[in-house]
Amino acid sequence: MLAYIGRRVLIMIPTLILISIVTFAILQLPPGDYLTSYAAQLRAMGEQVDDEALESLRERYGMGQPVYIQYGKWMWGIITRGDWGQSMEWQRPVSELIWEKLGLTVALAVFSMLISWLIAIPMGVYSATHQYSLPDYLMSTFSFLGVGVPAFLWALIIMYFAQSQLGLNVGGLFSEKYLNAPWSWDKVWDMFKHLWIPALIVAIENTAGELRTTRANLLDEVNKPYVELARAKGLSEGRLIWKYPVRVALNPFFSTVGWSLANRISSITLMSIVLSLQTTGPMQLRALTSQDMYLAGAVLLLLSALTVIGTLISDILLAWVDPRIRLEG
Amino acid sequence: MAESERALQVDARPDVEEEILLEAGATTSMGEEVYVAPPWKLMWWRFRKHKMALVSGVVLIILYFIALCCEFVAPYEPNEASIRFKQVPPTAIHIRDAEGQFHWPFIYQHDRSMDPESFLITYVEDTTIRYPIRLLVRGFEYKWLGRLTSDLHLFGLHPDAADKQGLFLLGTDRLGRDMFARVCYGARISLSMGLVSVFMSLVLGVLLGGVSGYFGGKIDAIIQRVIEFVRTIPTIPLYMTLSAALPMDWPVVRVYFGLTMILALVGWTWMARVVRGRFLAMREEDFVLAARLNGSSEMRIILRHMLPSFLSYIIAQLTLNIPNMILWETGLSFIGLGLRAPAISWGVLLQEAMNLRSLVLAPWVLVPGIAVVLSVLAFNFVGDGLRDAADPYAR
Amino acid sequence: MKQDQCLIDVRDLRTYFFLDEGTVRAVDGVEFKIWHGQTLGVVGESGCGKSITARSILRIVPKPGRIVSGEIILYRRVGGNGNGQIDEIMLTELDPAGPVMRSIRGDEIALVPQEPMASLSPVHTIGNQIGEAIMLHQGVDKHVARAKAVEMLDLAGFPKPNERVDSYPHQLSGGLRQRAVIAMALSCHPSLLIADEPTTALDVTTEAQILRLMRSLQGELGMAIMYITHNLGVVAQMCEDVIVMYMGKVVEEGSVDALFHSPLHPYTKALLRSIPKLGQKRRGQRLESIRGSVPDPYTIPKGCSFHPRCTQRIRGVCDQAPPPWLEVEPGHKVRCVLYGG
Repeated sequence: MLAYIGRRVLIMIPTLILISIVTFAILQLPPGDYLTSYAAQLRAMGEQVDDEALESLRERYGMGQPVYIQYGKWMWGIITRGDWGQSMEWQRPVSELIWEKLGLTVALAVFSMLISWLIAIPMGVYSATHQYSLPDYLMSTFSFLGVGVPAFLWALIIMYFAQSQLGLNVGGLFSEKYLNAPWSWDKVWDMFKHLWIPALIVAIENTAGELRTTRANLLDEVNKPYVELARAKGLSEGRLIWKYPVRVALNPFFSTVGWSLANRISSITLMSIVLSLQTTGPMQLRALTSQDMYLAGAVLLLLSALTVIGTLISDILLAWVDPRIRLEG
Repeated sequence: MAESERALQVDARPDVEEEILLEAGATTSMGEEVYVAPPWKLMWWRFRKHKMALVSGVVLIILYFIALCCEFVAPYEPNEASIRFKQVPPTAIHIRDAEGQFHWPFIYQHDRSMDPESFLITYVEDTTIRYPIRLLVRGFEYKWLGRLTSDLHLFGLHPDAADKQGLFLLGTDRLGRDMFARVCYGARISLSMGLVSVFMSLVLGVLLGGVSGYFGGKIDAIIQRVIEFVRTIPTIPLYMTLSAALPMDWPVVRVYFGLTMILALVGWTWMARVVRGRFLAMREEDFVLAARLNGSSEMRIILRHMLPSFLSYIIAQLTLNIPNMILWETGLSFIGLGLRAPAISWGVLLQEAMNLRSLVLAPWVLVPGIAVVLSVLAFNFVGDGLRDAADPYAR
Repeated sequence: MKQDQCLIDVRDLRTYFFLDEGTVRAVDGVEFKIWHGQTLGVVGESGCGKSITARSILRIVPKPGRIVSGEIILYRRVGGNGNGQIDEIMLTELDPAGPVMRSIRGDEIALVPQEPMASLSPVHTIGNQIGEAIMLHQGVDKHVARAKAVEMLDLAGFPKPNERVDSYPHQLSGGLRQRAVIAMALSCHPSLLIADEPTTALDVTTEAQILRLMRSLQGELGMAIMYITHNLGVVAQMCEDVIVMYMGKVVEEGSVDALFHSPLHPYTKALLRSIPKLGQKRRGQRLESIRGSVPDPYTIPKGCSFHPRCTQRIRGVCDQAPPPWLEVEPGHKVRCVLYGG
């Protein structure tokens, strides 16, 4: 088992390196750089732009150098000093800006995953064991809402209703007073109070698919001989369904944790922009439109790294849970 | 002869035996119809059983008709701003007037007034003036597909009503533009982008997936790693970053095609997975072995024997991928990183809804969202139906 | 060894499957008895209803099937040996998911199904699965159950049962898995073991071992075995009595000797004839097979269900009325007009 984990960790490293290269390459694509678009902004507002000053700034931040040197310096900074570069727009180190937002993104993703599972698995089991019943049809219908309506649309609808009917502004993950306050238990509690709506929205999007997967997997398993034999031993229906076919049918869930997290982070990004949440979404958008390269790069690289770690975790989980994999090494 | 053998002896009656064989043959000819039907016919029969899929199929046909003939369907020009009709709610259509009389569907004249207390603009119906809804009217001029010039529209009001009242089925937005027309024009871009990007991902996916599944071994391993790698980067952040690379000053058409290529960049992996799976499964099939033993060339085996049997899977997967493309384009345009004004897609239209204040005043600007949901659901149902029809045993 | 007491009495059992395409009469008026200690063979082609009969006895017929009419009576011995009290339980009247039927399943009547790999849960150890039955029916705790499981594995001929009890099914060979399944079935010392083609998925040498095991266990534990198979060779080895089934009905019933040496029903004769024999003198002869094929389950032939394939059929008789069930010799019955009626 340890060898298995060890192997997976080793593969992670080249993957991460490759991602960093791809990320950096993509960010070089837009013509110009932060200073060009900043200058364009200034000119549009009618201000004077000193080209010489721009050039010296460019030199100071190493923007004139060849691409691979810039990349090398960036990576070196990250690996040796944890220095993710400087955000041009905010004039602060990137590392000061991203970690809290990244953490909130992860918290939202994980929280929504737990909600999804809590809903999808029991409903899926019920749906499979009571096929063609009314609740089964209702769940199927409900699951289509999740498939058809994306998270950001739900966010818009909820924002509209909250504002027009209740006069509430549901944006943001914190109330006014906790916005810039240091972390405390009160702040955490405040966050949860705001967290559950976005988490629920993202959960709904994915619950539909997970419900159908649970249902389909279970239907596959429930007619298999080992289930019949368990019944022939005299086990009650409820006990045998949960002990045997559900256990096997849930295996695919563990193996898709990584991918599910990536998917949710995707949805969270768009939804956060609508609801102005303090996650990486709005920050990435802003960084991209102003070509704030290091910030945008850090976000993309870290989000991908999250997925890689998530995949690793799901591989470990799967091996732990399925003896067929665990014992093969 | 041993006793046991004697016990088994029966009077040999060859005529009876022949009878039995004939009868057995007769009963199987009943099922003949099913055996000789070509695969597409079988698929159609199985597809027909899914009521939801059929209904959704009809919905899709209507949507694509609207997309194709959006100028014809829309009564007004989508970019025609008009302060007069700013943020008008959807016009109510009546068939009964104030006295209870039945007429051909019509609308009333709406008078604009401002509520003295809340300063909100309201529109009150004037039940004395009626405008019947006319079909096949003359309206603004357009060039269909850049070729055919016409001014015929599906429905509308009499040309005299132009400055007095408008038929706004879905209301108007902040600048007084007809939402129904905008949604129709948006359909053209959004729905076509779905098709084009899926087609591009199809080419890439079939090629790489086929190579992967057919040759196996090292090539397969490499391509699989690539697919995994592409999937590792969260899609929307990736697309955002790529879209930001499309220069601001590019013309709409270039942005359109740039966007389709970006969408196809991750989209092909789904197709490749399916195609690879099918190839792997089919390599083991006996009929491929038989063809090979027969001396057929590899190309012939692929084209003539393998391709027809997984064509149905490809079509099903295609249909299931389109909604993803539509959702991605809508999401990207919505946050400003996809298509931009003056291009009209459902995503661009939804940007309007981001302004909370105007959203509350005119919630009908969310209607493009309904269009998105409708098409996504319709494609999903049809795709599900196709997938079940292609192979009833697959999930 | 067959004893004097009846264990199971199946009377006119009908189990039908209600599908969209029509109704399948899987079991269509089956009657037989199983005696304590007897080994009864149930023979027939695929689809003749033998598996469904077994599942009807266990009341685990899968939807959309259900027992439509008929009775299954279990004569359960209460108390220790020698105490003559017998409980008569009408299995067909019980709620299949209810506590009474569940206390009989696994405890009084046990099942050994066809595919040992598919019949064991891949994510639980065999000790867990065997122990589960023990804990369920004997109300003991985990440790006692585990010890008993080890005992049963030993009885079933498992090498190193104490270590192996914690293995997972995929770590065992096909023969070992089937031994584990047998151990599980016997863990509560049932009076009836239903073996549904237990050796079909095994190779011939393993099959021989398993058959030997079952015979010795039967001798030790004194239980009855209902042995379902399509393999006549196994029947000859294992069974005392045999019933032959075709399309949901029993067409012949008798002792194994009677059946092999003086078969009565044309179907039985055809089955026996179709077995290729070693050292057959007649070279150049084709392999015998039964003409025609099993009819579509939705369209049952009128009259005798075998008549379309029967070389001895009588026009105007066999295709009109169902043939009578006749006792030709003591203990040897057949469903055919050739023998009277």
